[in-house]
Amino acid sequence: MTTPVLAVRNLTTSFRVDEVWTTVVNGISFEIGPRETVAIVGESGSGKSVTALSIMGLLPAANSHVAGEILLEGRDLLKLPEGEMRKVRGNRISMIFQEPMTSLNPVLTLGFQIAEALIYHRNLDRAQAEAETLRILERVRIPSAASRLHEYPHRLSGGMRQRVMIAMALACMPKLLIADEPTTALDVTIQAEILELIKLLQDEEGMSVMFITHDMGVVAEIADRTVVMLNGNAVEQAPTASLFASAREPYTRALLAAVPRLGSMRGRPHPQRFPLVNAVTGEREVAAETGSTAAVSERPVLEVAGLVTRFDIRSGVLGRVSARVHAVEDVSFSLSAGETLALVGESGCGKSTTGRSILRLVEPQSGSILFEGRDVRALDHASLRAARRRMQMIFQDPFGSLNPRKPVGRAIAEPMMVHGLVDRSGAHDRVSELLRKVGLPPDMASRFPHEFSGGQRQRLCIARALALEPRVLVADEAVSALDVSIKAQVINLMMDLQAEMKLAYLFISHDIAVVERISHRIAVMYLGEVVEIGPRAAVIENPQHPYTKRLMAAVPVPEPGRRALRRGLSTTEVPSSVHDPGYVPAPRLYREVGPGHVVQAFDA
Amino acid sequence: MSQMSAARGNSSAPAQTPLAYFAAQTIKAFNTNKTSWIGLAVFLIVIALAIFAPALAPFDPTDQNILEKLRPPSAEHWLGTDSFGRDTLSRLLYGARISLVIGVVSTLAAMLLGSAIGMLAGWHGGRIDTVTMQTMDVLLAFPSLILGLILVAMLGPSMLNIIIAIALTSIPPFARIARAPTIAIKEREFVLAGRALGYSDTRIVAGHILPNIFPEILVMGSLWLANAIRTEASLAFVGLGVKPPTPTWGGMIREGFENILDSYTLALMPSISILIVIFALNLLGDGLRDAVDPKLKGET
Amino acid sequence: MTAFVVRRLAFACVTLFAVLTLVFVLVRIVPGDPAQLILGDQASREAIESLRHRLGLDLPIGEQYAVFLSGALRGDWGVSMVTGQPVIREVLRVLPWTIELTVVSLILGILLGVPAGVYAAIHRNRLVDYAVRISSLLGLSFPPFVAAIVLLLAFAIALPWFPVISAQSGSFAAWYRSITLPAVSLGLISAAYITRVTRSAMLEVLSEDYVRTARAKGVPWNAVIWRHALRNALIPIITVVGLYLGILIGNSVLTEIVFSRPGLGKLLIGALNQRDYPMLQGMMVIYTLVVVLVNLLTDLTYGFVDPRVKLK
Repeated sequence: MTTPVLAVRNLTTSFRVDEVWTTVVNGISFEIGPRETVAIVGESGSGKSVTALSIMGLLPAANSHVAGEILLEGRDLLKLPEGEMRKVRGNRISMIFQEPMTSLNPVLTLGFQIAEALIYHRNLDRAQAEAETLRILERVRIPSAASRLHEYPHRLSGGMRQRVMIAMALACMPKLLIADEPTTALDVTIQAEILELIKLLQDEEGMSVMFITHDMGVVAEIADRTVVMLNGNAVEQAPTASLFASAREPYTRALLAAVPRLGSMRGRPHPQRFPLVNAVTGEREVAAETGSTAAVSERPVLEVAGLVTRFDIRSGVLGRVSARVHAVEDVSFSLSAGETLALVGESGCGKSTTGRSILRLVEPQSGSILFEGRDVRALDHASLRAARRRMQMIFQDPFGSLNPRKPVGRAIAEPMMVHGLVDRSGAHDRVSELLRKVGLPPDMASRFPHEFSGGQRQRLCIARALALEPRVLVADEAVSALDVSIKAQVINLMMDLQAEMKLAYLFISHDIAVVERISHRIAVMYLGEVVEIGPRAAVIENPQHPYTKRLMAAVPVPEPGRRALRRGLSTTEVPSSVHDPGYVPAPRLYREVGPGHVVQAFDA
Repeated sequence: MSQMSAARGNSSAPAQTPLAYFAAQTIKAFNTNKTSWIGLAVFLIVIALAIFAPALAPFDPTDQNILEKLRPPSAEHWLGTDSFGRDTLSRLLYGARISLVIGVVSTLAAMLLGSAIGMLAGWHGGRIDTVTMQTMDVLLAFPSLILGLILVAMLGPSMLNIIIAIALTSIPPFARIARAPTIAIKEREFVLAGRALGYSDTRIVAGHILPNIFPEILVMGSLWLANAIRTEASLAFVGLGVKPPTPTWGGMIREGFENILDSYTLALMPSISILIVIFALNLLGDGLRDAVDPKLKGET
Repeated sequence: MTAFVVRRLAFACVTLFAVLTLVFVLVRIVPGDPAQLILGDQASREAIESLRHRLGLDLPIGEQYAVFLSGALRGDWGVSMVTGQPVIREVLRVLPWTIELTVVSLILGILLGVPAGVYAAIHRNRLVDYAVRISSLLGLSFPPFVAAIVLLLAFAIALPWFPVISAQSGSFAAWYRSITLPAVSLGLISAAYITRVTRSAMLEVLSEDYVRTARAKGVPWNAVIWRHALRNALIPIITVVGLYLGILIGNSVLTEIVFSRPGLGKLLIGALNQRDYPMLQGMMVIYTLVVVLVNLLTDLTYGFVDPRVKLK
């Protein structure tokens, strides 16, 4: 039995807030062996990040208390004085964090930030440290490493910055790398590259990795063993394959059941609810087969043609237009009642802007948006207001979507009052009805938003959007910020509402696995253009456009047996959609490759 | 999500009416820094003293008595007399009225106008915003005391003119302080949702944005009140305050300064009074500032 | 980098124009006839007319503006009503005193305020922090003339360590004796402001992700504070100090009066009390120039400290 690199025994961490001590991590124990990758999985509030920070000793000493044993190669870290612990950090154990955009110091050069660890831990002088830094930058596959040494972080993209973070962490060749959700803030294709990089470096260095995440697909792809955390407790731990195949605890089974698996909808023609497992009892819900809700025989309720939205960038003393962002270029699609069309793509592809353009929250430059046959762009102020009743939107951030100073009942009633649909007394009843519809108790109407959890707030936003009885609902990353199990519940709610009210959804998301469950049709966007559009099965199982293929291949699949083969490292920088004011985009051609399946022509 | 806020949401406490909720929030805000209670208490005492000056003052503040001039504190004149033999204590009490009235009125005016300008500039954005804020920046850059001095000298030192001058120089800071959060909130999703739901601009700005930035504006108001009182005293010290024989704290300090070698107390007493009032207001505003910062409240 | 400077200079010129116009308008907005106000109620019509002609007030407004602008840009700011000397000469005579006082006070304020602010931020919510916060709040509650008078009373009258009238030059000792009290009175108030802004900037920066990264790398605490944190905190600190200079210049007026020091302050008060319009106009121009210059310097300092700005 080899000595584990890290052995955590009975770790208990408590915080003091307003004179009250709360236990956030409750006596967990696990081990990480040499060259092993252990994933710590859990939803928000489970204590996984706090565990990592406790191991590193980065919690504020004044208001926190850590007890138990943390043995790094046999040495108890909790017994070390701060001076000794400092020598361990960045040296024997390194950590990388979630937000690459804010984790690098903006006023220090990249080269220096990497070299710093070498200077402090290895006593190298500046010249030696710089030489070593160059070597490290090349190992993390950053192109033109030599010129990057003296650059500042703001010049790099998120993926590049994460590579620099990894370089910083590995500079002193630690025994253990703790990665706290390092790819959560990155696009799916970039995420794939970073995961590849971590695996490669792990092999080269012979180090162990503790990988914290909430994404079961990532877990299946990289972890040898998995620890599941809930509310500060380690609920279950096992080798990854057996955890996925036969989890014992109800919570683990509920978590796994809520995870969307790309490919699980193969052979099923219609969108389907998640077959959820009750987290407490372990019972499995029976998912009724829903027939198709799409009313394809009628005229589509929304028809978009040639939509163009561009943003001006002004600079100079006179505020001349120096460039334009081509956010949405020549986008066309249609949406029928009771149908879900998903708009997928990575950040910056223009999917959000498309959604907002349709509602005229941003003004498009050209194109037609026919809603129930009338062009939304041609409407005047008053008619637009009336039209807005029938097209509504739900947003990504459940915490920002509700006015913190209004009781939620009033927030839901307000649209009805503004449009004159009900009077005071009628409003109360209608609010109760809507709350019930979204699965919330009606007596919570007088509470304030901060008293609700994220998932509940999103339900409230849905209730508010439904208050006006819309026909089209644009969901702009509406479930992206929610925990896995909550996400599944809200998706199920949305599908139920769709069946009941024949709602049409424009479902904007970057999460393809979720999209697979809920959509009838999918449109893939890249750099403001639709590169592929068609029925869900066709686009996912038989993608034609190279970008679509790359996208589908990058999605982590939560099946341990299917560990993706090494995809071959590439470092792709996304081209920009910012152009000079005079730029006229070349006309795009589309061809039909199957029934309803259209692809943008590309150079082979 | 910070590591400290482990379990958020789902309160089992009974629901409160909005009024009770805001009252509770206000008390909580005051308790964040206990010193704000002290500031509030002292300020209220000063207001009370000013209001009841006629009843409390032992002498008429303009009553001259040359024989008694420049006396140190005694049983009859608790704080001594000035160079015209007038009772310092009485003049101090009446002087408080001037300072408070000028300070409060000018700050309120600046708060209303400045916030409106800032909110509208922030909400509309674009050219309107740029032009407005560049104007405000130009005004802000200029030393406000000197601008105030010149304005009062031009217009003539009457109470109304002093109020106007101080208000004018206070508008740019309020515009700035109202504009920044407006821009931040404008992009928040509940505002976008409001637009999508068909709410008019007025409804959104007045009904949704204003309640959210109100606390910050109020806190700024109390801090600027301190500034306004200080400016009024400076104006009076330089000779551009409300005309004598009306007692003003600044004027009293000026007199004290001119006679400094003969009487310490004459300059010292009003100095201490001003210091106490300004310090109290600063304690109040500063203590509340932490409570009102939306980032610290976890709402962002 | 050059584009940056050029842009800033352009904005400075626009500001200058705007303020000059404002000055022009203000001086003429006064209710009542300036010439009459100067000469008083008893003056004869001829006297008023001749004064108006001398001041150029009988020309049409457009011409007055042109004369004023061209004069201002050439350096001809008119002639003082009181002394008969060119305004610009009077101003330049006392300007060095004011600049000296302002600069010394600011340096004092920075030397005292920045370390105090950093210290308070590091020991947040402990006794030291409370002490620093309360004392800095007290410091900036002092109206500048009150601080000056208190110092005067304490160290020039009660304890005759410093002169009551601080206007000596010559030897270093004389300079030191005359500048200490005024500079200390302004400097302490400046230190109060600077302490507060430093503290809040440091607190903000210390909670940023990159500070956590630095600690995770094992960087010693000292280096984290001074190299990683303070460098970033300097950006908002510089902003506030730049804004504060306007207040400092205003305060120096009062301090100069209390300590009977020559400088722009005394000149201004004299001009205000005697309705010396040309002098007032000239003073506003000089103040504007100073402010514009200060803004320019502040912006350039940003360019030094913040790499994101250099590359615009």
